[in-house]
Amino acid sequence: MSTSSLADVVCTHCGCLCDDIRVTLGGGRITAAEHACERGRRWFLGQLPAGEQAAARPVCRIRGQAASLEDGIVAAAEILSAARAPLVYGLTETSCEAQRVAVALADLLGANLDTPTSAAGPVGLGLHSIGEVTATLGEIANRGDVLIYWGCDPAADEPRHFERYTLDRPGMFLPHGRADRAVIVVGTQPTATSAAADQFVPLKPGADFAALWVLRALVQAAPKGTDHGAADAGLDPAVVEQATGQPLSLWKPLADRMRQAHFGAMFYDAQLPAGSGGSWNVEALLALVHDLNVHARFVARALHGGGNPVGADNVLTWQTGYPYAINFAAGFPRFNPDDYRAERLVERGEVDAALILAADPRASWPAAAAERLAALPLVSIDWRATATSEQAAVAFHTSTYGIHHGGIVYRTDDVPLPLRPLLASELPSDVQILGLLEERLRRNLPQ
Amino acid sequence: MTSLWKIAGGTIYDPANQVDGQIADVWIDGERIVAPPTDPAVRPARTIDARGLVVMPGGVDMHCHIAGPAVNFARRMRCEEKRHAEPVHRTSHTRSGTMGSVPSTFATGYKYAALGYTTAFDAAIAPLAARHAHQELADTPLIDKGFYILLGNNEYLMQQIGRGERERVTAFLGWVLDAAKAYAPKIVNPGGVEIWKQTSGGNVTGLDDQVPHFNVTPRQIILEIARAAAELHLPHRAHIHANNLGLPGNWHTTLDTMRALEGFGGHLTHIQFHSYGGGPDDQDTFCSRVQPLADYVNAHANVTVDVGQVMFGPTTSMTGDGPLGYYLSNLYGTRWFSCDVELEAGCGIAPIEYKDKSLVHALQWAIGLEWYLLVQDPWRVVMSTDHPNGGSFLAYPQIIRLLMDRTWRRDVLATVHPLLRERSLLADLDREYSLGEICIITRAAPARILGLKNKGHLGAGADADITLYTPDDNKELMFELPRYVIKAGQVVVENGEIREPTAGRTFHVAPEFDPAVRADLADWFERYYTVRLGNYPIAAEQLGPGLSPVRCGM
Repeated sequence: MSTSSLADVVCTHCGCLCDDIRVTLGGGRITAAEHACERGRRWFLGQLPAGEQAAARPVCRIRGQAASLEDGIVAAAEILSAARAPLVYGLTETSCEAQRVAVALADLLGANLDTPTSAAGPVGLGLHSIGEVTATLGEIANRGDVLIYWGCDPAADEPRHFERYTLDRPGMFLPHGRADRAVIVVGTQPTATSAAADQFVPLKPGADFAALWVLRALVQAAPKGTDHGAADAGLDPAVVEQATGQPLSLWKPLADRMRQAHFGAMFYDAQLPAGSGGSWNVEALLALVHDLNVHARFVARALHGGGNPVGADNVLTWQTGYPYAINFAAGFPRFNPDDYRAERLVERGEVDAALILAADPRASWPAAAAERLAALPLVSIDWRATATSEQAAVAFHTSTYGIHHGGIVYRTDDVPLPLRPLLASELPSDVQILGLLEERLRRNLPQ
Repeated sequence: MTSLWKIAGGTIYDPANQVDGQIADVWIDGERIVAPPTDPAVRPARTIDARGLVVMPGGVDMHCHIAGPAVNFARRMRCEEKRHAEPVHRTSHTRSGTMGSVPSTFATGYKYAALGYTTAFDAAIAPLAARHAHQELADTPLIDKGFYILLGNNEYLMQQIGRGERERVTAFLGWVLDAAKAYAPKIVNPGGVEIWKQTSGGNVTGLDDQVPHFNVTPRQIILEIARAAAELHLPHRAHIHANNLGLPGNWHTTLDTMRALEGFGGHLTHIQFHSYGGGPDDQDTFCSRVQPLADYVNAHANVTVDVGQVMFGPTTSMTGDGPLGYYLSNLYGTRWFSCDVELEAGCGIAPIEYKDKSLVHALQWAIGLEWYLLVQDPWRVVMSTDHPNGGSFLAYPQIIRLLMDRTWRRDVLATVHPLLRERSLLADLDREYSLGEICIITRAAPARILGLKNKGHLGAGADADITLYTPDDNKELMFELPRYVIKAGQVVVENGEIREPTAGRTFHVAPEFDPAVRADLADWFERYYTVRLGNYPIAAEQLGPGLSPVRCGM
């Protein structure tokens, strides 16, 4: 068996988006994935050779029956062009190239367009109301002497986060790595991340906003250039403890430590607002980081999940002006992060057909919306078999981004990275299928 | 059957070929302008009757912000503006989009083309984000485009300059331009962004401040990049956003920067923002200092500028100058976006509104106009708003009217802050631009300064990018709605309607450099980047068919 290897391969499996994997290829499979974490290794080594992959599921099924690609395109185009209020949804687990065509399709159809990111939409709203002071991960690796992890657990979710970007990596201004960094975790319970930290601050569930606002008060009250802040910033210790679950005497040194940073970084989970408090939590966090820049350089860094959700945010924004929850029915993009969320639209019966690209809303949405979705005529384009693709009227089975075909994906810090094809595939890519569909729709739709 | 066709009987303005309002035909073959056929029997395949119309090369915007991560963050931040702006509707052959001060990509391409502009360069892309910029430009139809990469605070470059490794500086410049598939080096607040990354509120104050850790000064950074660019024979060598942008009294720094470039020459961008008198941190003494700077430009042929005109109204400030973004957001108490890009650059975004009743804003407006009117040679002063910083590119027709019609200029002057007349020369300037001079500052000069030999003129061999205008006494009306716009030999816009949404090309340079630099970079990337060296350069085949190399040469 002849083998070959490829260096600097990007792993799309989690939000780390490691780009240093060396894969060994042999017998049509990936036989080794050096530098990858255990999950990454499983991802690469589990990929099927071309023949097995195509045999596992046909390129197209129409109502459960294997069909030709050509018939599938015709059937999918019929569903979408007959719809009065179609939805294009998903897009987060594929390349930017596919995302760009998917937005073009939504525009052409006058459809609703949304991605799973809208479920945590308030992260984006914080950007609208406060702005954001942020940095790429390398900036934090080279300069970040105070690292705060707020309600997130990268040690569990992104196994190589410490090694590649933060704690365990020496940086230009932090030659000793871990020893040069103060690490503090704030969260409702101890985690793998807090086990690696210098300090864990337990937070009362749902108290994010109160705690962040206390820190803001303390940071704002402190004179610039002093080690210790104003005594209590006029805060009532009893109220603080009641609201946050921790005494003011704990928050004050934390605020001081943050102010004393040379270059601090506050990591947070892009899903943070999904809990109570809505967009206020993220706004408070972004406002705190903004305030801290009077005293120190300080940045906020959202951690997104795996795949390419950040690419989707970017592509949708440059093509339409808005990152998700878009409606093209009026002939131009309109944005409403609440009303145009796909699961809302579907739940209210405002959608009559859907194109689902590289996502599984049937499994991930709340039951009411998921069931209504399953009752609609669906077109699925996916590299996996999913609950959604199983119920689709037309389901296309595509090759996999970053395995069989190349493209661009974005890391959590908006850094774009290139994917390369590793294995051959007998299946078309989603970019090709979307292109065929667009061509067919242009013929169907009244001009 | 010939493929030749012609624009017949138009009034031609082609200053690069010394044509100033003569009536003639322009012949086109494919994507190029060709000499009129010598054989009188040759008949054109089609003819546009241009009698009574003004014919100019397509406009060239040499400094704007239309692509890349900063622009895209600004789109997201300014969604409230987009909601209220007239949208771009989908048609059978064009995409929909949104406007506001930072339009979506398709809208940007359509609006530039409809304005008669056929080439535009984004001025501030971190090399690490070059892949992003290329994707956006591929989704920006109709116009030819390209971008400059931010290098004035690149840590590898600063380290090599600090160590006196001049050959490595040159090789790196060649490597990084090629890796990013970029058009030119851009220097933004050299050294200042790095100090801002190191220290809260930090910045440089002048050309000879030391940048800690790297032991370089802004002067050394500017000179070394200019030197290396000359050695690589780049078509556009040094595009400089000087230190201390926006600060009262900054004209000293600007003059120092111009003087520092002696021997190399260079382009100082959005010069309006760098021409202020008065005491630092004292807005009450803010005044125009264009005259001494324009005197310097008038006396030194190798210095060129674009203006960065401020226009009254709401817009978005967007800069690779991180500390400037912080300064502006504090000054106006606005939302603030900032992103430090590892080892390379910063980025600041804040909403801003220029008000005609504000003395400072009125001064900024007047200072921009002074620049157009005080530089004697129009080949060295280029029209720009630093879109969207001073205003939208869509304001160019208003600026043209202000330059061509002094009565109108005085009428507007009468409506702005009354103290302006004491702090600016504008009221005393009688100069009016001719159509030929407008043609120079909006296309011929920027094409020449960029080293684009086939742009900005109508001679044989030029790209057939041509704009036809209906003359009007009101020059704003004349320039805001061209009769025809021709791009690469195709009529793409008629009376503001998009006819043919072609793709346009993306220009980049491919200089020759010493490949030995890669070995040193391998170690640098391993230590400090979070992206592998192997994933950093963009291969031409990863980009679309629109990628177009421009030759480096003497």
